[in-house]
Amino acid sequence: MTASMVLLDPTSERSPVARALTARPASLAGLSVAVLDISKARGNVFLDRIAERLAAQGVKVNRYRKPTFTRPAPTALRQQIAAENQLVIEGLAD
Amino acid sequence: MNLPDGLIVVAKRECPTCTLVEPLLHELAQGGEPLTVFVQDDPAYAAGVPGAVLDDTLERSFRLGIEFVPTLIRVAGGREVARTHGWHRGDWREISGRPELGAALPELRPGCASKTLEPGIAEELQLRFGDTGLTARNVTLGEAEDPIEACYDRGWTDGLPVVPPTPARVLRMLAGTPRRPDEVIGLVPPDLAPCTVEKVAINAVMAGCKPEYLPVVLAAVEAALIDEFGMHGILCTTMFAGPLVIVNGPVARHIGVNSGVNALGQGHRANASIGRALQLVIRNVGGGRPGEVDRATLGTPGKYSFCFAEAEDSAWEPLHVQRGFAREASTVTLFAGEGVQGVVDQKSRTPESLARSFALCLRAVDHPKLAMAGDALLVVSPDHCRVFLEAGWSKARLLEELTQLLMLPGDEMVAGAGGIAEGLPAAMAGKPVPKFRPGGLLIVRAGGGAGLFSAIIAGWAASGPVGSIPVTKEITA
Repeated sequence: MTASMVLLDPTSERSPVARALTARPASLAGLSVAVLDISKARGNVFLDRIAERLAAQGVKVNRYRKPTFTRPAPTALRQQIAAENQLVIEGLAD
Repeated sequence: MNLPDGLIVVAKRECPTCTLVEPLLHELAQGGEPLTVFVQDDPAYAAGVPGAVLDDTLERSFRLGIEFVPTLIRVAGGREVARTHGWHRGDWREISGRPELGAALPELRPGCASKTLEPGIAEELQLRFGDTGLTARNVTLGEAEDPIEACYDRGWTDGLPVVPPTPARVLRMLAGTPRRPDEVIGLVPPDLAPCTVEKVAINAVMAGCKPEYLPVVLAAVEAALIDEFGMHGILCTTMFAGPLVIVNGPVARHIGVNSGVNALGQGHRANASIGRALQLVIRNVGGGRPGEVDRATLGTPGKYSFCFAEAEDSAWEPLHVQRGFAREASTVTLFAGEGVQGVVDQKSRTPESLARSFALCLRAVDHPKLAMAGDALLVVSPDHCRVFLEAGWSKARLLEELTQLLMLPGDEMVAGAGGIAEGLPAAMAGKPVPKFRPGGLLIVRAGGGAGLFSAIIAGWAASGPVGSIPVTKEITA
């Protein structure tokens, strides 16, 4: 990996270089929210509370857990989360 | 760069001629007039000579435009007034004003190439110290970003990896044309965005082109922007077509565009990257992306890249000559092409029989019951071509015979005929119907030397002035 490589923009330069974040939904009604526990100690305390509050609003919450916080989530898990949800909350606890 | 008056010598230790003249530098330094020695590689070279400077960044050598070492320059009043390179006793004596210089040396020794011209270094020096003429926006990647993945993430690829377009690579690409990087060559659909030579070069780098392909890519982009070609429509249609590039003339041989074995297939860098560069320009500069403005229902693999050369034969007029260019001219012809349909005829040994085979297969373009919709490109293999050549049939004769054979019976073509709802309007019943519009059937010769097969590449079903007509552009620079 090289440090700070520069590339020349091949496009018409009509959109900004910085990539825009995905647009936020106006409401959570009818959407499924994934709550992903990365297996960091006590992250679940925070995520349990988030899930509880979302559920209280009538939002559908799906819980997931990746095997270890030291590595990216396995591909199958990422695909499952993407297939079953429109939003994901991932918590880092320390 | 301010030049010091007196003498300047540029040298490198690696060069035997520089080693040969090294003792003379001490002599010149004692001569009373200022001497500056720029050494490209070794601080020990000319050690002890007061004016010796290590030019390890090569900035001095670059700014002096040094191509050879040693180079001897005389500067007067801040301006260069004389220069020689290598060791040439007469020149060195004249420029240094020392008639006895180097009496013990041979009269002549050629020099070596300057380090500034070593592969990969010239562009880096131009980027650091020169005026590159590059104006494209710089996109700085994060330290942990893989450059190839970064190109994917930014939506710049056709699905295959691209070569990351670093400034040095783009400069090397631009060396393939004398045209200025900021020259605008046209407006690329669908966004009608202005496209510069530099943007074409960036996309050509990404596609995997060599610099010597750039003139062909530029001509292909310019051809795609000719109004009659209708690139906007070809891009946004729900139908299959994409721009197919046919190369004619000596350039095909010079840069290695395949016209032989597997001409329509994979494996040749020029074929693969020239067609791809055109498509990347449409995607990146024009904003034409599948699923957005590109609404193709199915598309065709040729939309990754579709480029080949005609296997020109002295007895068969090549496509560019048919289209009004000199045989020695190099051209690109763009055709809105769909996929490749094989024509297998291993039994015909007369031109009449083979022409009938071709005509029968050509009926299937778009649909056997449709006519005057899509153009077609017939690619005749050398084995099939020989059947015509041996019988004295020119390409024009074959075209004429096919045109006759493709006057089809309207009764069989109208909607409902044969129990098939698709077809021509009922008014065409009872009349002969030409399968193709005038000028809508092109013939080229290409392919490997073995195989009694030819190929039909159907055109866009909106061929002709309403949609796309093939265009040819000469490749200049």
